[in-house]
Amino acid sequence: MPPTPPFGHWLSKHIKTGKSNCTHDREGESVEEMGQPELADADARLIIVGDPGRTDPHLQLAGNAVRTAKYSPFTFLPRNLFEQFHRVAYVYFLVIAVLNQLPQLAVFGRGASVLPLAFVLLVTAVKDAYEDWRRHRSDRIENNRAASVVDPRDGQFRPKRWKDVRVGEVLKVFADETNPCDMVLLATSDPTGVAYVQTINLDGESNLKTRYAKQETTSRPIGDEHPFAAGLIRCERPNRNIYGFLANMEIDGKRVSLGPSNIILRGCELKNTAWAIGVAVYAGSETKVMLNSSGAPSKRSRLETHMNRETLLLSAVLITLCSVVSICNGIWLGKHRNDLELSQFFRKRDYSDSDENYNYYGIGMQVFFTFLMSVIVFQIMIPISLYISMELARLGQAYFMIRDTNLYDESSNSKFQCRALNINEDLGQIKYVFSDKTGTLTENKMEFQCASIRGRDYSSGKVPLQDNGGTHSDLVGDQIWKPKMSVKTDPELVALLRSKVETEQGKQAREFFLALACCNTIVPLVVETADQTQKLIDYQGESPDEQALVYAAASYGFVLIERTSGHIVIDVLGDRQRYDVLGLHEFDSDRKRMSVIIGCPDKTVKLYVKGADISMFGVIQKTINLDIIRATETSINAYSSLGLRTLVIGMRKLSRNDFEEWQSAYENASTELIGRGRLLRAVASNVERDLHILGASGIEDKLQQGVPQAIESIRQAGIKVWVLTGDKQETAISIGFSCKLLTSEMTQIVINSNSRESCKKSLQDAVALSSKLAAISPDSENILRGTGSSRIALALVIDGNSLVYILETELEEELFKVATVCDVVLCCRVAPLQKAGIVALMKNQTDDMTLAIGDGANDVSMIQMADVGIGISGQEGRQAVMASDFAMGQFRFLVPLLLVHGHWNYQRMAYMILYNFYRNAVFVFILFWYVLYTAYSLTTAISEWSSVLYSVIYTALPTIVVGILDKDLSRRTLIKYPQLYRAGQRDERYNLKLFILTMMDSIWQSVAIFYIPYLAYRQSVVDGSSLGDLWTLAVVILVNIHLAMDVFQWNWITHASIWGCIVATVICVIIIDSIWMLPGYWAIFHIMGTGLFWLCLLGIIIAGILPRFTTKALTEYFMPNDIQIARELEKYQNINAATTSEIPMITLSQPL
Amino acid sequence: MNNVNGSVVGSSSGSGDGSAPRRNSKRPKYSRFTQQELPACKPILTPKWVISVFTLIGVVFVPIGIASLMASNDVVEIVDRYDNVCVPPNMTNDKVAYIQNNETDKSCRRTLEVPKHMSQPIYVYYQLDNFYQNHRRYVKSRNDAQLRKHSQENETSGCDPEKRTKDGAPIVPCGLIAWSLFNDTYIFAIGNKNLTVNKKGISWKSDRDHKFGKDVLPKNFQSGPLIGGGKLDDTKPLSEQEDLIVWMRTAALPTFRKLYGRIEQDLNAGDVITVTLENNYNTYSFSGKKKLVLSTSSWLGGKNDFLGIAYLAVGGLCFFLAVAFTIVYLVKPRKLGDPSYLSWNRNPAGH
Repeated sequence: MPPTPPFGHWLSKHIKTGKSNCTHDREGESVEEMGQPELADADARLIIVGDPGRTDPHLQLAGNAVRTAKYSPFTFLPRNLFEQFHRVAYVYFLVIAVLNQLPQLAVFGRGASVLPLAFVLLVTAVKDAYEDWRRHRSDRIENNRAASVVDPRDGQFRPKRWKDVRVGEVLKVFADETNPCDMVLLATSDPTGVAYVQTINLDGESNLKTRYAKQETTSRPIGDEHPFAAGLIRCERPNRNIYGFLANMEIDGKRVSLGPSNIILRGCELKNTAWAIGVAVYAGSETKVMLNSSGAPSKRSRLETHMNRETLLLSAVLITLCSVVSICNGIWLGKHRNDLELSQFFRKRDYSDSDENYNYYGIGMQVFFTFLMSVIVFQIMIPISLYISMELARLGQAYFMIRDTNLYDESSNSKFQCRALNINEDLGQIKYVFSDKTGTLTENKMEFQCASIRGRDYSSGKVPLQDNGGTHSDLVGDQIWKPKMSVKTDPELVALLRSKVETEQGKQAREFFLALACCNTIVPLVVETADQTQKLIDYQGESPDEQALVYAAASYGFVLIERTSGHIVIDVLGDRQRYDVLGLHEFDSDRKRMSVIIGCPDKTVKLYVKGADISMFGVIQKTINLDIIRATETSINAYSSLGLRTLVIGMRKLSRNDFEEWQSAYENASTELIGRGRLLRAVASNVERDLHILGASGIEDKLQQGVPQAIESIRQAGIKVWVLTGDKQETAISIGFSCKLLTSEMTQIVINSNSRESCKKSLQDAVALSSKLAAISPDSENILRGTGSSRIALALVIDGNSLVYILETELEEELFKVATVCDVVLCCRVAPLQKAGIVALMKNQTDDMTLAIGDGANDVSMIQMADVGIGISGQEGRQAVMASDFAMGQFRFLVPLLLVHGHWNYQRMAYMILYNFYRNAVFVFILFWYVLYTAYSLTTAISEWSSVLYSVIYTALPTIVVGILDKDLSRRTLIKYPQLYRAGQRDERYNLKLFILTMMDSIWQSVAIFYIPYLAYRQSVVDGSSLGDLWTLAVVILVNIHLAMDVFQWNWITHASIWGCIVATVICVIIIDSIWMLPGYWAIFHIMGTGLFWLCLLGIIIAGILPRFTTKALTEYFMPNDIQIARELEKYQNINAATTSEIPMITLSQPL
Repeated sequence: MNNVNGSVVGSSSGSGDGSAPRRNSKRPKYSRFTQQELPACKPILTPKWVISVFTLIGVVFVPIGIASLMASNDVVEIVDRYDNVCVPPNMTNDKVAYIQNNETDKSCRRTLEVPKHMSQPIYVYYQLDNFYQNHRRYVKSRNDAQLRKHSQENETSGCDPEKRTKDGAPIVPCGLIAWSLFNDTYIFAIGNKNLTVNKKGISWKSDRDHKFGKDVLPKNFQSGPLIGGGKLDDTKPLSEQEDLIVWMRTAALPTFRKLYGRIEQDLNAGDVITVTLENNYNTYSFSGKKKLVLSTSSWLGGKNDFLGIAYLAVGGLCFFLAVAFTIVYLVKPRKLGDPSYLSWNRNPAGH
């Protein structure tokens, strides 16, 4: 038996395969349909209902206890260490610590050598342990919750703890309770077996979903002994697809098929249903929610990648230093070969036991040992503390991003989420934004706008519905039921519907709205209101489009009132009618349509179909009413150009024969075990033919608040926005206009080709056009406008069909050329995989950072592909959020996220890395200079404890504080001048040049620190420890002053950390020098009592900082960058602002 | 652009349909800290600041430099290298053999002339050149526990290769540092009148009180086959062996001085001092130098011009920078915070 089900881990597989062959990605709603293999016996799991003991004794079924905690008290140490040592840097430091334990190489004492690594490991371990303890605690709470389970001995429900629930047991869940495991519904309080669940814990969707118990089990009387004992469920092996479930149940000799609508998953809450009884099929770690709780994919920030490059450079420097020391040591030994025996300070021989050499193995070995020892001494050239500091700083940055009230979305009550903790700084370097449209730019709250019925367009629906008169409320007893939301109606259409005169148009219109009311999966829920006599009908469903259509139908007088698994009740213009739902073909992305088969009260059977225009026009009978079809097409195009989403509605009356034929095929297919999905699709396609066109609907997808302004800001920031949507070209373009992505001044390049050749040709034309425009525009444009934009803006519109021919062929490069000169790129009709393909194209062709933002399952691949993936936690479920690095509520939050937090984080992190390199390099160089005066024997004057504590205590805190809190510019300035964002795109804050300058500065500073005391104290009585203390204090003060000079904003925390660190260092040095065991006993007090010490210290600090201060002053004043100007603006305009307000605004909007 | 500010910054105003009161709103609590709006000072290096900083450094550094140079000038120092001359002429080819021979007379006579008046106390130092008291093999070879307590005399870890005698008895004090104790002696006289050299209090009080025990007596010291240097008086506890204590404060650099004693009387210019010294210590094996130094001291310590020159140089440089910056500032002034300097406002056709 294979360990993993063949189609199970589509998500994880997806992550691995990347762009190439993710054929199992699906469109949002239709997740379980495509390419699903059927349940083979070998992969099936047998569950005997009500008898956990006999259920699959061979398989090790998981109990229902969950364990999100990673460690137990016993495994914590080894497992945690193992995980931590996945980092190469830690291995490096471990190797060094181990080397140091060899007696020949013991540079540091045992404690001192292990301490830094131990400290870093400890901090991380404590952090991990705390997190794990919290997981343990929540696991314990979760596992000890009470569930009601049938006792097999007497058939009574008894309370049982969640962790003791076993697969096969029968459970009862009550309203508002959380489901303890994945269970197949057997019966509910509703006689027809309907249960409503809220899956907010699972996928974040707050609307209710309908689940059904099979008729065969609901009918069984409750209270019998072993009420369901006869059942046998065969289900697929556990997998993480929360929208799919494949099983069948044998009961009373009958075989009943089970699908995703028959199962309630762990974590769901039962709503509007008094109770539900089900049998546990997956428990504990095998439940779908647990299988889905994997973390975000790990990405590495670009700054970190660059940092690793510089780390390699530093390793080269390190090896050079070590080689110099060891070679010099060899030369020295060679020159003094004959002196070694008698030199008092070397004394080669050990006379005490035998006349052997003491710790001397010949020059070759000495050189080798010296090399290793120098690696140990100079090890902090590679800054170990940087890794932990960066992690802490990112944690702090994430804290501030999460707590930012500007990133809180009130409408969905969602805070900003930082799911990936290691790419904060990438937010400051984004060059391309790839955005989904529906739900990202738009609200995904659909509103019915207009209809075209029988070729006639009714789109003047501008009159809001009045509450009296035309209200379509329904009287039930003495209560008024009315839909929760009303839609603007078209008076002409209303009149037509209500007119008593029987016209063909009126008949068609009624059929149209009947189709809207019944061809869906919406569940009407009756909600109490404050008014006793009034109740609201809330339409709950998985598709916002359907909700909009049903609300529209209700507003026009076709109110869906009740739905059970067998029938629906519709109030047709005040007349309650019951329709039998005989069959339902769900939406799938192959057919792009859904259909229902309805038994009408007049005993006729009708098929209603709704779907995307392309798929619908293929199945509509074209022989008659050709003009109606044409007219409808015209209306559809008109709607799309308004930015509306269109659906075409069709119907067919089924004859008795047709119906019976369909029924038998449908029943066969739905009980089939093998190939059920495929068979059902075939049945659907078979019946969905020769349709009679009823009309088309136009639904508006409203833009989210602030989207046009956000896009404007983002574009000013030098970020190119690409919109990738599944919508039609016309819709996409109109949305583009309404969100200011496209403007009328732009030249549009449209590519929609149906063949490779035409595609190639249009691309080449586009390249030619763009280069022509680029050639002519600079002069004309600047004279005309004189603004920053130096050429005519271009927009590229390309559709999915053309992309098929372009992606992963040699045309990619052409597309890239065109796309990069265009200011806007709109890709319409793209499949989820193509979205990822486009992102991959840009990632492969440029070094620029990409960001993908989306909200639906179809954006998952794109989000994972991009350097930074952002999920919108909105209407469409949580898969996008689960796959994302950051999640937020609204598209417009991208502006503060990128321009403010991204800019800050980049600036902070870039400085932090440079500073840490510099700080450790200064120290290493000081050690190196001293080694040159110790006969290359790697003695350190600085006490070993000070060198260990240097990067851990003496200088660690300020850089972390600055890395979290420092702001070069205020939020207001950054939002006012989005162009400031370009600093990050240009790598202004961290690049090789800056690195080299910093390193040169660190060499100079180390020279100042070392040689000033060296020259001042030469030929004196000074002892090593005293001089070492002077060097220690000098380097710590100097690097802290260096940091202080670069801090942009001084608040009390910065003050406390920088000055506090210097004080802490003095205290530490004093403590170390108060230990009589150490050779430096009391040295600090002696040297601090001399004037020479203080003069040296002052001289070192001034001389060390002078070059940097001078360059800083000169560049900031004479060659200011944008950030410097903006800082000055911020500081001095505030003073001006008191007298003359809004001056910066005016100067900005009308630049010279 | 103005809209951007309005709607993006003030996001809380929008979001229409949150009309129902939310009991468990996740809205982050507002505080100046969480919104990163703590009151802060934002220093900018304006020309005024830069010029005053440079001037201030100059003003402080130049006088200090002058004072240091004067202090260094006031120090009178007599340095006499004697290792090369205190060898009998017949032994100059094999100085090591001479120094290793216990039988020969090592005494040597030097005369020094006082160039300037030297006021007391006059410090007597010996200076060793090229002696790596900071060599890794050497600095580690000691045991502080043993030095401190009599009961710890078996504690010789780290003292290799001068740990124990051949029969395994611990050496007190163990280790190379103690073993290599400097043992030249000097006797000073002006004419035939001896100058007394005070050898009390030449070591650190902290070392005498806490590092070297009052009950630790030397034991098995300098009894090995190779004699490294001086011997110790077995009856005096380590805390009173000040030459050892001084020697064991290992020097930072390969050229160093150690205090030998103090002459507590003034010396006049032209005085001729006769030094009778015992040339015992072997520096010939590693071509080191031995020097005798007599020096007065100033508030800055001994004679060293470096710091004064360095301060003058830095101070002068800062004055120069202040002037240079002022000139450039006057020639090419820039209005601070002028938006027209922003890169996107500075395109070629801009102004």
